[in-house]
Amino acid sequence: MDIEDAPIIYGLELPARSLCAQNGETNLSRYLVATQSLRQENQVHLIEFDDENNQLEKLIYPHPCGEVWHISSSYSDPLIFSTCFSSFSSGELTTGCKIWKLPQEVNSEEGLSSIAADQIGNHPSNTIEEVADIKSDDIKDVSHVLWKPLEEDCQFIALGNGSMQLWDMSESPSCVSTFKIPERKGHQCNITNGKWNPHHGAKQFAVATGQNISTWDVRSQTQAFKIENAHGQLVRDLDYNPNKQYHIVTCGDDCLVKFWDVREPTLPVSVLSEDHSHWVWAARFNPFHDQLILSGGSDSRVVLYNKASISSEPYGQLLDEDLDEEDSDVDTNRDREPVKDGLIAVFDEHEDSVYAVEWSAADPWSFASLSYDGRVVINKVPKKVKFDILL
Amino acid sequence: MSESSENGAGPDQENDQRRLRKNDMLKMYYGMDGGNGQPSNDPLDIDSPNFNADHYLRKLKQENNLSELMDAENDMAKQIRTLDSDMQTLVYENYNKFISATDTIRTMKRDFRQMEDEMEKLTSNMAAITQLNAKINSTMETNRQQITKLSGVHSLLKKLQFLFELPARLKKCLEMGSYAAAVSYYTRTRAVLQHYQHMESFSGIERDCKNIVNEIISKLKETFYDKDSNTHQLAECVGLLLRLGEPAGLLCDDYLQHAKSKLDEDLQELRSYLAGENSAGTSDESEGPGLLIDVLEFMDRGSNGFLSNLSLTIAAYENLFIKQTEVSSMTAAMDGSFSPLLQSNDVCEVANTKLLSFVQDLLETYFALVEKRLMLDKRSRDNALIVRALDRFFRRLQATTNLLPNVNIMKLGGEIIVKVAKARCEHYQLALKEFFTDCLTDARHAISAPKGKSNQSHPNLLDLVNSTASAILNQIKSVLADVQLFTVRDINFSAMTYFRREFCCDDVREVVIVHFIRYISETLLSFCDSSNLSKTTTPPPALLLLLSRLCRDFEQSTVAYVLTLTDEQFMIPSRDKTSQVGDLTTEMGETAHKLLEAYVQYSGLSLSRMIRTSIEARDWLKCVEPRQVRAVMRRVVEEVTQSDQQVGYLYEEGVRTARSSDSSKRTHPVSVSRQRERSHWGAYAPSSTMDNSLLSNIQKLFSERVDVFGPVEFSRTSILTGVVKIALKTLLECVRLKTFSKFGLQQLQVDCHYLQLYLWRFVSDENIVHGLLDEVIASCVHRCVEPTVMEPSVIDVICERG
Repeated sequence: MDIEDAPIIYGLELPARSLCAQNGETNLSRYLVATQSLRQENQVHLIEFDDENNQLEKLIYPHPCGEVWHISSSYSDPLIFSTCFSSFSSGELTTGCKIWKLPQEVNSEEGLSSIAADQIGNHPSNTIEEVADIKSDDIKDVSHVLWKPLEEDCQFIALGNGSMQLWDMSESPSCVSTFKIPERKGHQCNITNGKWNPHHGAKQFAVATGQNISTWDVRSQTQAFKIENAHGQLVRDLDYNPNKQYHIVTCGDDCLVKFWDVREPTLPVSVLSEDHSHWVWAARFNPFHDQLILSGGSDSRVVLYNKASISSEPYGQLLDEDLDEEDSDVDTNRDREPVKDGLIAVFDEHEDSVYAVEWSAADPWSFASLSYDGRVVINKVPKKVKFDILL
Repeated sequence: MSESSENGAGPDQENDQRRLRKNDMLKMYYGMDGGNGQPSNDPLDIDSPNFNADHYLRKLKQENNLSELMDAENDMAKQIRTLDSDMQTLVYENYNKFISATDTIRTMKRDFRQMEDEMEKLTSNMAAITQLNAKINSTMETNRQQITKLSGVHSLLKKLQFLFELPARLKKCLEMGSYAAAVSYYTRTRAVLQHYQHMESFSGIERDCKNIVNEIISKLKETFYDKDSNTHQLAECVGLLLRLGEPAGLLCDDYLQHAKSKLDEDLQELRSYLAGENSAGTSDESEGPGLLIDVLEFMDRGSNGFLSNLSLTIAAYENLFIKQTEVSSMTAAMDGSFSPLLQSNDVCEVANTKLLSFVQDLLETYFALVEKRLMLDKRSRDNALIVRALDRFFRRLQATTNLLPNVNIMKLGGEIIVKVAKARCEHYQLALKEFFTDCLTDARHAISAPKGKSNQSHPNLLDLVNSTASAILNQIKSVLADVQLFTVRDINFSAMTYFRREFCCDDVREVVIVHFIRYISETLLSFCDSSNLSKTTTPPPALLLLLSRLCRDFEQSTVAYVLTLTDEQFMIPSRDKTSQVGDLTTEMGETAHKLLEAYVQYSGLSLSRMIRTSIEARDWLKCVEPRQVRAVMRRVVEEVTQSDQQVGYLYEEGVRTARSSDSSKRTHPVSVSRQRERSHWGAYAPSSTMDNSLLSNIQKLFSERVDVFGPVEFSRTSILTGVVKIALKTLLECVRLKTFSKFGLQQLQVDCHYLQLYLWRFVSDENIVHGLLDEVIASCVHRCVEPTVMEPSVIDVICERG
């Protein structure tokens, strides 16, 4: 492997299972990682990946409320993020969910390297500010917070106890509406994950409950579509294709990654079955080039897959057409063979189960993965693949 | 002498010439000229005819001296003397001959004179005879002319009388029914009558004759059209009619029409069987045998009725029209009466083409019927019957072919047979498939049924596998035997090239056998397709196991055996083998492997479900101090033991990587593993105080990565290892999602220890179990709010008690 392509490994001292990209920041590749430890002081790490120097900068903030199960960041304000946590005190296990704000200095154009230098003598700013405590009578245990993927909007959905709750942060945090997922056979649905539909102004929200996927219209609170028995076992994660409406990817305990067209929910469009030998915990479309699929699982593997045939660019990128319209170029575009699907790479830097993978919000070619032993690995799409897509 | 003759020669040239000629003649007579060749003309040579004595003398004198001359003279004198004496003897010798010759000539002269007289007498006699002869001839001439005339008149009168009598004769013939005679009379006279038509009396006769002949014709036609008249009669009729100048084409048509009506009856009969079949077939196939006739009988009736009648018709027709026309035209030619209607070649041709189209039409109908009938039996069980029917059909066709070499009967018939053979092969393919599906259902029932009984909780899977495999094999064998009937030597059509090659290679080998093997493989593959796992009813794991073993058997022996059997029975050359044994076996092998993996996944899944619910449903923070192993763990061990038992029926033990060096371990598994396990716990004891994530990381550095849903081998331990790995990994992942109190951790410790005690024996490498369980405990310690581990001795006690 090229030296430049070598992965960057960052070790946390504590176990961790939550990772998210800093979605509001579109210039710098930044990720937020939170630790999960019952007995030690938990931390939130802000990691910045410098692509040019292939370096990693980080800031570490204490997370005072306990171990973090889920972290996610706002799309509208890069400083805002949320954590879902639990803590054990005086014989009681309590869960909670809070919105936090990073210190203002973080929001600098130069990146973390300048701040890190400053910080040596500047400790007071080394904390995160609590913005709001999300509490509601309807949802006791918030397991996930998912921000609406629109820059101008400051809404999120909190999941927990078989319900979803829409919150608005634009003025003061307030619960807009609560919606209970219908029970199945008298049992409350256990929501494993959820996702906003980024298309059509993000009016739909999909949740994974058990083996099924169901999607709800947030305004009317009616069901939009559902995929029954999407996986043979638990569905662990799902993601919307950012460029192609109606296409989603799901993964689960049956070691499979499945692609669906939600208009035809009886059969998956495609299934990846070869590459994971245990549960797949996360799957993500690349936010820019949706033929790149990332998945990570408890077999400690991160797999990068090319699914060009069902992507929005089955014949490669057609950017050239607008730029130069000479006949020869048009011809070459027409003659271009469809890009073949296939496994691009298996990244096996992890030693423990990988519970989260995320693409960078700023750089289409890098991504981070987190394993339970607290290891964050930042990898890049191999150059060859990158050039194949770009050229 | 030479000298003298030389002297005398000068004056008399002519004499000399004559002498020379005589000399020549004598020479010729005595044959001397060959010896000397051309006599030399040297005037100095003493023997030469041109000898010049003067030259000679001059030369002698010039060249020789005296003594020499003297010698020459002496010599010469001597020569002359010898020559003289020679001449004398010659004269004496020839004198006597001359004498006798003269005598002979004299007597001859006398005799001839006498003969001359007699010859003269003879000449005069002959002249007298000639004279007499001429006289007689002239007197007899007039009489002879009269006699010739009279005899001519007589024959003419005879003919005329025949003509005049003809009508009566014909009538008589008509009355007597001897049409042949009548026709021959008529044909002989027809030309004459036509010639003298202008004469009143003759035209009258002709009219009469024609009337009678027409009557005869109509009578003949009557016989001709009569359905009951036999072929001999018909033949006679046609022959006569042809000779009477009836147009051959029309006759052919009429005859064929006539025959056709008869043959159509036969076909109608056959069709009625078919119709009966249809109605019976729709009501109930098995019950209608009284109504319908089986295919063999159908063929019999077809061949005996229709085909034999057809052959008869053809034979008769050929006799009548093709041979008959030749004969009649010949007789016509002999009669000298040339009829334009009887141009034999044209008629033959016309007759032949008519016959061909006639036969072809009928055969097509017949074949259509036969095919329909055979296809009705496409799904019949009794192949032998069909083969026999086909054989009979084929033989009859062959017999018919000899009659009509021009019609391609064999090709059409062959096509039908090929079609039927193919249909049969497809039927067998279907039948095999059905059989296999039945087998699967049976196996499924056998697996699920005895579970209700308490005693025998598991059917002996190996027996089940063997019985299923042998059932399938037997079925294949019986099918092969059935199909082989098509190629048996005493079946005539087996000699067709199709049956020697394509049938064996394509239909039997590919369509029936190879396809079936592929079908098995595909059907079984669909069982382990995990994507439709949740949608269809999942097959019981034991079935998967059984099927995988079945596939394995197929891969290892059965497929090769079946194919070899087929190749041998049908003598298929290796170059015609489209699908190779190797490909099929690998296909089977892959299926077996997939099934096995599916088994591992299903078994692992059911264990996983159990474990997951047991972890998730419990509040681990509010545990009481562990007193015993949780029931679910016992269940897990029980299930694994059960699986192990199932697998043990079917698969070999497999390789175990070296456990600890202690070989007695097997006999005392519990105690030894306890020792070993103690060392593990020993490692854990301080880990509560140390940074355990570091510890586990170091541990992992030295242990190999475990592929949880990894590849499985065909061995008991490998299978069980797969199942156990899946179960333990699930346990690990579930533990990580929970938070434990002190007692929760301790309970889990107990559970894990219990698993360790019982699970190691199933797996190929017990380190896998240890490693995974260690990770479970490590994770649990991490997820524990108050990580106080239990004393190993207490754990031991609890586990032993349980």
